[in-house]
Amino acid sequence: MSVSIEVDHVSKHFTMQYHRTLKQMAVASVRRLPLTEQFQAVQDVSFTVEQGESIGLMGLNGSGKSTLLKVLNGVMRPDRGTVLTRGRIAGLIATGAGFHPQLTGRENLYLNGAILGMNEREIDRRFDEIVEFADIGKFLETPVSHYSSGMYARLGFSIAVHVDADIFLADEVLAVGDRPFKKKCMEKMQEIRRQGTTIFYVSHATASVRAMCDRVLVLEQGRLTFDGEVDAGIRHLHDDEPPLSGATTEEDVDAELGSDV
Amino acid sequence: MNPADKRTATRETGERPRNASRRARRLARRQADAMPVVEAVDGPRETRTVEAELQAPAPRGGLVEVFHQPYLLRLIVRRQLAAMYSASLLGLLWSYVQPAMRFGVYYVVMGYILVLHQGFPYFAIHLFTGMVVVHYFSETWNGGTRSIWQNQALVKKMRMPREIFPVSAMVVAAYHTFPQVLVLVVCCLFIGWSITWTSVAALVLGLSILAVFSAALAIFFSAINVFYRDFQNIVGTILQFMHFLVPMIYPFERIYAAHADHPVLYQIYVANPVAQAVMLLQRFFWYPLVDDPSSLGQAFPPDMFVRGLITLAISLVLLAGAQRFFSRVEGQFPERL
Repeated sequence: MSVSIEVDHVSKHFTMQYHRTLKQMAVASVRRLPLTEQFQAVQDVSFTVEQGESIGLMGLNGSGKSTLLKVLNGVMRPDRGTVLTRGRIAGLIATGAGFHPQLTGRENLYLNGAILGMNEREIDRRFDEIVEFADIGKFLETPVSHYSSGMYARLGFSIAVHVDADIFLADEVLAVGDRPFKKKCMEKMQEIRRQGTTIFYVSHATASVRAMCDRVLVLEQGRLTFDGEVDAGIRHLHDDEPPLSGATTEEDVDAELGSDV
Repeated sequence: MNPADKRTATRETGERPRNASRRARRLARRQADAMPVVEAVDGPRETRTVEAELQAPAPRGGLVEVFHQPYLLRLIVRRQLAAMYSASLLGLLWSYVQPAMRFGVYYVVMGYILVLHQGFPYFAIHLFTGMVVVHYFSETWNGGTRSIWQNQALVKKMRMPREIFPVSAMVVAAYHTFPQVLVLVVCCLFIGWSITWTSVAALVLGLSILAVFSAALAIFFSAINVFYRDFQNIVGTILQFMHFLVPMIYPFERIYAAHADHPVLYQIYVANPVAQAVMLLQRFFWYPLVDDPSSLGQAFPPDMFVRGLITLAISLVLLAGAQRFFSRVEGQFPERL
């Protein structure tokens, strides 16, 4: 087994600018208001992932999950620390694919495939498979701006799972799909997991994380507070909640774990 | 599932809390918006061996990386063109209608009203050469400046060398300018054109300056425009003067005549890389057509080639600087867009 992802003391902060125009900036500085503020999205996170591991990334909204995924994907650069990855990375970041609204589904498919590192022949070869999985039918030639959010997500997911990546990142994109499609996606993800692809799965649905992942990382306010076995991770995430009334037996804990966050 | 439901469930089967928990679990599974649970497929898991090296996922290659992905560049250019001409009846024709109209206006105003073309051989070719160069430059700079901003959907979500957007603006501009160059060549051939080694050298030098200088500007301004959107307006404003800052609607003679009285202004004028590119291309297209070059007076600066080489060197330095700046700030693009 080889190391697939190595994250070493990574931090990422955002600068929030309150005042965009010169006039606003002048007024703010006269009143001695702050012009900018730093926001720590990810703080000093370190972990290593072996090839073929399947990681569940959990945390409340705003805990830095999407930022961490963007850093892993290479869209963002960490301010401090280093990230190293091995092989081709595909996936869906921050609910949705990078599509161009004016292009048709077909053109976006090719563009997205090329960005993910495929060449023309490779995309041609997988084209039918992708379209069939996305199940967008006659809308293939329609600009994606006319797509429903479900169709948008379906096409994006379908491209990402078919690029034969070594690392697959899945953000909460699947949240917009309907139940049959979600099921289809989870089946596909189990399939690529079996093929030895490293999976990074972000979800609030604990039951599905349990079925999908070998290991859980929990982020709280940008810090990695848990890294380890799945059930313990989910329990860690629920620590601050009062236990269910009468939740004493093993099954009760199960039930609690089974429900969504 | 919300806590209230769970509580009811417990109350209904109060004496048997075990059932309550089962029911809660069943409910959670059936809940419409819950994530379906798909158990892992049975059978051995394959081990995947990845040949690649461990490396940083963020793109670092810059311009070089762009040219390693020609297929992606082609798609981005096609995308750019599609976006430009979506819902437009004339489509690509617009990029010829506008220059043609401008050419007509300048020709009539400068030629017939201001009578500049008297004693000025092949004024139309002189004018058109300048317009082609300025058109290419304007489109690259203007399009390049907006390119990152316009493609934010991709910049925010996908990993790729982002220099590809200003570069694609250059390619789009070339795509629009090329037919105009063809028109120019046909006209020159028709009039009776001759090509010499000197004129070919002028062509190569002129095109190099034009490409390198406009690339440097496109890359630098595409990055800075992400932070301050004012720059796209600043660029538009500067470009309005461009037609008058190069010798196309008037001969260079007139500028040269003032070089003794206003040496500083003259130096600024001839230092302009676009003006140099215009003159070098005029040296290729227009100058060989003239029957009696001595009648033109000083058609070009006396040190045009030396100046051109120096400008090319400076432009290359600018391009390297622009690339450095771009690489330093591009990490902040996704959060600023």
